[in-house]
Order: sequence, then C-alpha cells, then structure tokens
Amino acid sequence: MRISYAWLRDYLKLDLPADELAEKIERTAVEVDGVIRPSAGLKKVVVGHVLECVPHPNSDHLHICQVDVGEADPIQIVCGAPNVAAGQMVIVALPNSWIGGHTKIKRSKMRGEVSNGMLCALDELGFDEKLVPKEVADGIFILPADATPGEPVFSYLGMDDEIIDMSVTPNRGDMLSMNGTAHELAAIYDQTPTMPKVDLTEDAADLADDDLNITVQADEQAVPQYKMRLIKNVTIKPSPLWLQIRIWNAGMRPINNVVDATNYILMQYGQPLHAFDFDQLDAGQVNVRFAKAGEQLTTLDGEERDLLATDLVICSNDKPICLAGTMGGLATEVTDQTTSIALESAIFDAVKIRKTAHNHNLHSEASMRYERGIDHGATEKALDAAAAMIAKLGDGTVTSGIVVGRDEDVQPVEVAITLTRINHVLGTDLSLDTVSDLFKRLDFPTTVTDDTFNVTVPSRRWDIHIPADLIEEVARLYGYDNLPSTLPTGQPTIGKLNETQQAIRDARKLMESAGLTQAISYSLTTDSKARAFALHASDVTTLDFPMSSERTTLRLSLISGLLDDLAYNNARKEQDVALYEQGRVFFSQPEQVRPKEVEHLAGAITGSMVKTAWDTEATPVDFYQIKGIVAGYLKSLALVDPISYVATTAHAEMHPGRTADIYVGDQLVGFVGQIHPTTAKAYKIRETYAFELDLAALIALPKARQQYQPISKFPSITRDVAMLIDDTVTNADIVALINDKGGAHLQDVHLFDLYNGKHVPDGKKSLAYTLTYQDQEATLVDEDVTKAFDKVLSALTEDLGAEIR
Amino acid sequence: MSLQDRLTELRDQGLADIKSADVLKKVNQVKVELLGKKGPITEVLRGMRDLTPEERPKVGAYANEVRDKLQAAIDHRRDELEQAAINKQLAAETLDVTLPGRQVPQGQPHVITQIITELEDLFIGMGYQIVDGDEVEEDYYNFERLNLPKDHPARDMQDTFYITKDVLLRTQTSADQPRSLESHDFSKGPLKVLSPGRVYRRDTDDATHSHQFHQIEGLVVDKHITMADLKGTLTLVANELFGDQFEVRLRPSYFPFTEPSVEADVTCFNCNGKGCAICKQTGWIEVLGAGMVHPHVLEMSGIDPEVYGGFAFGLGPDRFAMLKYGVDDIRNFYLNDVRFLSQFYKKG
Ligand SMILES: [Zn+2]
Repeated sequence: MRISYAWLRDYLKLDLPADELAEKIERTAVEVDGVIRPSAGLKKVVVGHVLECVPHPNSDHLHICQVDVGEADPIQIVCGAPNVAAGQMVIVALPNSWIGGHTKIKRSKMRGEVSNGMLCALDELGFDEKLVPKEVADGIFILPADATPGEPVFSYLGMDDEIIDMSVTPNRGDMLSMNGTAHELAAIYDQTPTMPKVDLTEDAADLADDDLNITVQADEQAVPQYKMRLIKNVTIKPSPLWLQIRIWNAGMRPINNVVDATNYILMQYGQPLHAFDFDQLDAGQVNVRFAKAGEQLTTLDGEERDLLATDLVICSNDKPICLAGTMGGLATEVTDQTTSIALESAIFDAVKIRKTAHNHNLHSEASMRYERGIDHGATEKALDAAAAMIAKLGDGTVTSGIVVGRDEDVQPVEVAITLTRINHVLGTDLSLDTVSDLFKRLDFPTTVTDDTFNVTVPSRRWDIHIPADLIEEVARLYGYDNLPSTLPTGQPTIGKLNETQQAIRDARKLMESAGLTQAISYSLTTDSKARAFALHASDVTTLDFPMSSERTTLRLSLISGLLDDLAYNNARKEQDVALYEQGRVFFSQPEQVRPKEVEHLAGAITGSMVKTAWDTEATPVDFYQIKGIVAGYLKSLALVDPISYVATTAHAEMHPGRTADIYVGDQLVGFVGQIHPTTAKAYKIRETYAFELDLAALIALPKARQQYQPISKFPSITRDVAMLIDDTVTNADIVALINDKGGAHLQDVHLFDLYNGKHVPDGKKSLAYTLTYQDQEATLVDEDVTKAFDKVLSALTEDLGAEIR
Repeated sequence: MSLQDRLTELRDQGLADIKSADVLKKVNQVKVELLGKKGPITEVLRGMRDLTPEERPKVGAYANEVRDKLQAAIDHRRDELEQAAINKQLAAETLDVTLPGRQVPQGQPHVITQIITELEDLFIGMGYQIVDGDEVEEDYYNFERLNLPKDHPARDMQDTFYITKDVLLRTQTSADQPRSLESHDFSKGPLKVLSPGRVYRRDTDDATHSHQFHQIEGLVVDKHITMADLKGTLTLVANELFGDQFEVRLRPSYFPFTEPSVEADVTCFNCNGKGCAICKQTGWIEVLGAGMVHPHVLEMSGIDPEVYGGFAFGLGPDRFAMLKYGVDDIRNFYLNDVRFLSQFYKKG
C-alpha cells in the first residue's frame, strides 16, 4: 500500500521528515519497504509556455517551438510530439537537466535547428508506463493553464510528494486504506484525525429502487452485504489533475472520472467498489450467486474465463457479468458512452475471493482487500462518498436511496482485559492511566472498573476480538523499545542433549577427524535415485504435486545424494573428495501415510584423501580405506555384540566383489564397498567407495559397560605363522579358526603380511599372522605356548588346506 | 733435576699435549701415557722412596696436585670435544622446519551445522531441551494446530509440498510446537525446547530461494513468561550470532500462532547501521520472527491460556550464514562444493 504523505496531511498535522514517519510506522504498525520520492534525481525540469510553434522546414513531423521558461527571452526547442501546439503549458527539460532514467539533456541541433532542451511526456520523467493515463501516453503532457513558466514542474504533477510504501501484514487489512492509516498514525502521534466528510445530494424525485432490483442468492456467509446506488446523466471524461495525481501516486493508472472515483474511494475507505454501465444490465436486474460449471465470463482484461462452482458471480437476469470482488466483466464496463452507473459496494467472504483470485490468477486491489477482510461498518459510507464524487466529477445526479440486496447488523466488539493481565504478559509495570491513554489514542471507547478495561472496538479494527489482540495494541503503541529485557525465571530446568543427539554429534566429530567433510544434500530427488542404495527394501514417499522432475521423491539412502555432490565436484575438476552426511532417510510403512524417518550416516570418498606432497605419494582411496573409517567409527561405539563384514552381491548399485554387509551380532546395520562402475558412470563420478549405516539402529544397540581390566604383570609370548592358502579362504575364516583353536591364553591375532605376487602359485595367497599369548596370573611356559601354537598350525593345515611356510 | 722440577716439567708437557689433542682418542691416549700405571708420574712417585722423610709429604702433595690438574684438564678437554662432536651432529641433522608437516586428513562440519550447534549449546546452557521433529508432518500439526486453518490467507506465504491431502513436508519447525505442548508434563516444570531441522517449501531454486532449508524454533511455556523475557532471549541470540556490539530492535509483525508477534532486527554488521546494500539502506537486518504463544494454540493443545503462557521464536540458519559470511547464493549450502564447504572452518 502506497501512502501519499501529501494526502495524509488532509487528516493529520504531520511535519516530520518522511523517513522518520516511515521508521515510526515500521516500529509501531507494519513493515515499510521504503520511501518513494518521484522527483528524486530530476533537475532543471520546469514549466514552459509555448509561445510559437511552426513546422520544422526539414522534417515532416518535427516542430520548432519558442518557449517561455520564465527567463528574459524565450528559448527555441525542437519537438517531435504530435500534440504540441502554441499556447500550451508544457514540461521543459532545460539544457543540462536530468530527466528520468538518469538521462542528461543537452543543448543540441536537430536537422539544422538548435534545440535548447526537450519537451517531455510523463514517462520521460520516470513515470512507470503502467501509470500513465492512456490519453496522454502518446504525446507530451499538457500542464494546467495557470502554471507559472520557469517554476519547477514537480509540484504540478504531485512529484514533490513523498510516498511511503507499506508492506501490510495479513492481520492489518485496516491499513490498506488512507482512513485506516490515518487512524493508526493518529494513535501513534496522539492526534485527532480529520476524517473525510461525505456531501451527497440525492435526486428525491428519482428512486433507485424503481430502476434497480437486486437479489442475493448466495448465502449470508458468502455475501454478508450487497448494496448499490444508481447515478444518472454522467459524462465520462478524464479526471481532474489533482485526482489523477492521487491515483498515480497510489500506484494506479488514471482511467476516467468514474473509475478513478471508485479507485479513490477504494484507497480512502479500503472498500472495493465496482461501477457497472447500468444500460448494459438486463432491465436493471442484478443477482448474486455461485457460478455453475460450464458458465463463462469475459473479464475486463478481455480474457474469456471458465467459471468454477466456487466462484461468486454478479449476474444480470442470471447471466454472469462480473467475477465478484475480483474483476468486472467486459460487457458491463464503463465506457465513454456510459451515462448511468450502477455502483456496487459489497462484502464477500475472504475465503471465496481468495479461491477465485487463486484459481483464475487474478490478484487485484479489490481481491487483496477482500482476502484480508474489510470494515463491515463502512460499506454505505464508501458507497455514498463514491456516488457523490462520481456525480460531481461527471455532472450527474444520484438517484434517491441505496438498493440493498443484503445487509447485516454490525455491532462493535466488546473486549475486557485487566491491567494485571497486560503487565503479566508484557513483563511491564504499566499504570492504569498509561493503558487508558493508549486506548484513548486508538479511539477505542473504554470504561474502567477496578483493574478491568472494558474496551469497545470499532468495526474498522476487525482484527481485534480477544484480550491478546488488545495486549498487542498496548505493546506496540507503548513501544517494544520500552519493554524491559529479561530472561525467563521460574523452576530451573536441565538442558542436555539426549543419548541420540549426543551420539549423532559424536558420529559427526569422528567422521570429521577421519578426514570426511560434512555435506548436506537434498532429501528430495528423482524416483530412481531415491530408491538407490536402500539398506532395506522399501517403497518410497512421493510428492503429490512436485515442482520439478528432479525433486519428486524422498530418499531411502544418503549415499545417493553424496554421489550427486561428488559429481558436482568432479565436474568442477575437484577430484579428491571425501564427504559424509548425517540425516534422515524415509522408509515407507505399510498402512501408514507418514514414512518412518530414520537417522542414517553415510560417507563417500573418491580420488585420494592425502595429496601428493614433498614427502608423500598420493594413494588412491580403496575399499580398505573406507572400511577403516567405518571400523574406527564402529569401534568407538563399544558395541557388545561382535561386528562382522560379510561379502555381498545383494546391492545392485555396489561392486559385487567389493562390498560387505555390516552386521552387529546378526543385525544388519549397513554396508560398505565400491560403487558399481556402471552406477558410477551413470552418476558421472570416478572410482568411488562409500558406506551407509543405520545410525538409529547402532545407537539403539547394547553398548559394552566400560570396566577396567588389570594389565598383566606377566610377559607375553608371540609366535608368527606364514602360510600359503587358497584365494577363496578369507581372512575372517583364518582368524576365526585361529581364535577357535588358539587356547585359553591367545590374546591377539594380527595380520602383518599379505602377498600374492611372484613365487605364489595361481589361486593361492601368502598370509602371515602374529599370535600373542599371555596369562593374567602366571608366567607362560614356552612349551605350553608351543603346544597351543602347534594345535593352530595343524588345524590350519587340516581344516583350511594351508601350507605352513 | 729435582722431583718437583720433573713433575713441573711433566705437568707443563702434559697440559700442552692435552690442549693439542683434537680427537677423543688422543685425549685418552694422553691420559694413559701420563697418568697410567706405567706413566712418568707413577715413575716419579716411585722415586720418592729416595727422598728424606721431610721431603716426602711435600713432593707427594705436589705430585697429587699435578695429577689432579692433569686429570681436570683431560676431563675438560674431553667435554669440549664431546660437545663439539654433538654440535657437529646436530648441525648435520638440521631440517627446514618451514616444510609442510605430513598430512593428516581432516574434515569439518557444514557451516549450517556450525550455526545450529552454536545455538543449541547456547540454549542447552539455559535449560532448554533439543527436540527433533519429523520432516514429514500432518497438515493438522503444521498448520491447523498453529492457528492456520485451511484457507487462511497466511498459508499463501508458505507454498507447501503435499504428500497427500493431509500429509506434507513440514514448512516450518514450528510444527513441533503443538506436539511439544501436548506431550509436556507441566507438573515437572516449564517447557523449554529448541527444535532445529530441515523444512521444505514449494519454491523454484534460485539464488535466494531453496525448496529445502533449515529453521530453528524455540518455545518456552510456563506460568509466568513475559514479552520482556522474549526480548532478553532474542537479544542473547543476536549477540551470540553477531556479537554484542550490535543493537536489537523489535517491531510488530504477524504470525498466526503468536500474539503479539514481532520481528527482530539487528544493527547491520556490515555498515554498523549507516545503511548499505546488504541492509537495503535501512541500517537494520531482519534476523528472526517471534511472539507470545497465541492463546488458541495453547487451548488446542489442552493448555489453559489463563494459567500458562509463553513465547516462541524462529530463525533461519541458512539466512544467518548468508548474512554473516556474505554468501550470495543459497544453493551453495546444498551443492556441497568442497571449495565452498572448506571455507567455514570452525568447531561444530
Ligand atoms: Zn548495512
């Protein structure tokens, strides 16, 4: 809502700078987007009187004008506008002046004739093309005959005004009008506003009722009020300049006296009005109802619209002529030929108008106000004011009486609140007098009994109906700056991360110290990416009405998003990337609409984690690097049950020979491995290793109770074994066997060498382990160790076909 | 030559030999030669038996003196040579300490996590619990229970991703409010929660819009919570995030689930309030929305608004990060370019 400072001064005595006023509005009422100064940046643009105007000898459209600009001698200006003529008062941009669009005007020659400046049209002064009246759009603008040559032009065009551009929140629809804003500022500055008076003369002999006949078929909720006035013998013509200025400074285009009058009253009262060409109505018949499927209406913008059953329409003899509260119909539009006006002032249900505006993508000044609500107590006043204005501007007569299709009994709202309650909520110590004074400034009649205020809220503040609404009024008028600043007191509470939250933070720290950087990827992705890398089979959760095909489905894994991140980096020549993500995946649940949200942890690495340096050779990442990261993390969890890695070919997107499912006990908690080369190609990434862990499951699993184990005072004994063994036998098989046969004192089995190069037969590999034996209670006897070790050796040979070397 | 003279001669010669010994081996050799059992001093001492009983102690004492002197000279020279050897070795071992250390891979938290963690810790310190609400929420909790019935105009402010008619991706972490309110046992004390998390809006991604972003919602409900408490809390948040040299101002705003509703601005950190492009020449930057919990919201959760009241506030870590670090494109947070992520190095 654009508020003209000049217009505001009709209501209030205000002389503070516009910026201060804007700041005050922002701090007390609604947000301000800025202060617009239409003449900002313009210089040396003055009134000129065209004394003489002759055709340019070397041109078929230019004219040479002698223009009085208030100096001793007239100046010569060459002008190309078709409407220029001697005797006119015009807008002159003098030499070295600045006009709109940061343009500087210089003295020049046009086809051999000197031109000391330029005669201007409105858009050349920076007017938005959408605001320029159509009748002056194609030529220079003609100023009133009483303008003084040489004076700056701005005051004649309302360009010396300052316009406060307010961004009104949905609850403050009352401020979408000059009257409402004036009431607000009156409260802020403790003034009594001068409200506009309606001076309406009716033609007692001509009864509106005789010509107009209204039926409202829609229910009272949808159309609580519907009223019309009839104005006859109207001459349609451009509005006087003062009105055009108010209209364009409010951000609207002047059209003609009737439309401008309705827009002026709309701005003044906040009441949308619609003017119908009465003669286009079918025998003066108007009815209001919901549209029927299949009905059509051509609106003012020339668009033929298919009406919906939710649209409220104004009809004449049941034929739709107007989309209620949104846009008029073309057939009943006020034109130059119009002589009688049926003027509508009505209230339509906010929800209905909102739907219509949304469905037809028609957002107008009227619909915007209906959506936010309007003053139910002002429909008649606005209707009278508009009728009087139309009659005055169009030399017409207002017929007698308002034709009421529907009316309602509008009563002010009574709200009671105690001073104690106000101070309790605000944390203040305001006195009865202070609060009384604030209600007085708001012009809310109030009676005080003991500590209770009984406040009568006028209909112009329809946003107020409960005590909390009054507390807000008190708080903002008293000033948020004046509130004390404290912290909640009362019973102390203990703030602490819960176990899951702490575990998640720990996981993040561990990943980071292992060299992975945290990524936050999109939860929404394509259907196929959402399904990829799922730890458990699950259906996906899909948006009903997605914005793009790239974001349709909630992810089942984090890896998928990380691979997108890797691809983004690879495409930008970043080849060494190590990322992890901690976030939710969304498993569908049978019989439930909402998916199960499970915290996961995933990582993906590509390139190398250490760059080639003066002392280091970059080692490309591999399976064992990512497995080491996973193992390190799992170790930190101190899980009771043993962790095992089981080779798997079950994940279609993973390398079938380089992927392991991870189990804790017999519970599957994740997987780790290489991304399948085909998948990697599809994601446009290089060789990549990744893991996905069900973090929620890991957090829930039993943890080992930490207990101190005394360190043995007795020395340990080690034995090394090297063996040649079939490739198919895994390290896990060997370690399991050694542990099984190792005896009571075997403490540790450590793989220290793996070789399958030269001198190792095909299908075989060479492995070497160190076995550590120790007794907590006594010094081990060498012979006992040898005996135990031999047992292991023969088991390896017999059970696994190892050849001990 | 008297024995004394002989000793003096041996002493001077020995001292000269010690002094000229340039390696440890030579020092040892001198020692063996001079002070050994077969050395000249021992020999001189042997010759003492020819002396008179009066002379013997004198010569004996002198011999000991010479021996001690030589021994001290040898020890000294040995130390000197050892030290020189060590110095030589150390000189040979000198490194270029300006060469880079061996790399230990190090990751780091995402900048948005850093901001969330910082605020979580601030509020945990004030006795708040952290609540992680669901990202897929019911329309009922996301909107209706927050005083936003269907067809409420304020719903337009939040275009929504729906899964079904009644289920959606939460548009605000405020959706946790009604769930916290209805599950809290007020007999155990006040409700003080902070809910950080992902939220979603049906927006086309561009430099200033993202269909996915983060919010942090705070909620306090007790028997006596005031708007002054809200103001104090918001000031603390702004100071934590931007530093305490900045001013905080509250101005009226509108949220359906709070009343009074306010927006909090903080002095523009870029221009210190003078006005610049970041603050659109206002000197202020809007950082969060807040208000006193609307009585209807309390009622809908079965809480008597005559007895209990509270405040709620919400802020956007993405927006904070953009303001604080001058990030000009919100998509940077979700594309995870390592050159972007690695710029915000801080503990998380
Ligand atoms: Zn600034």
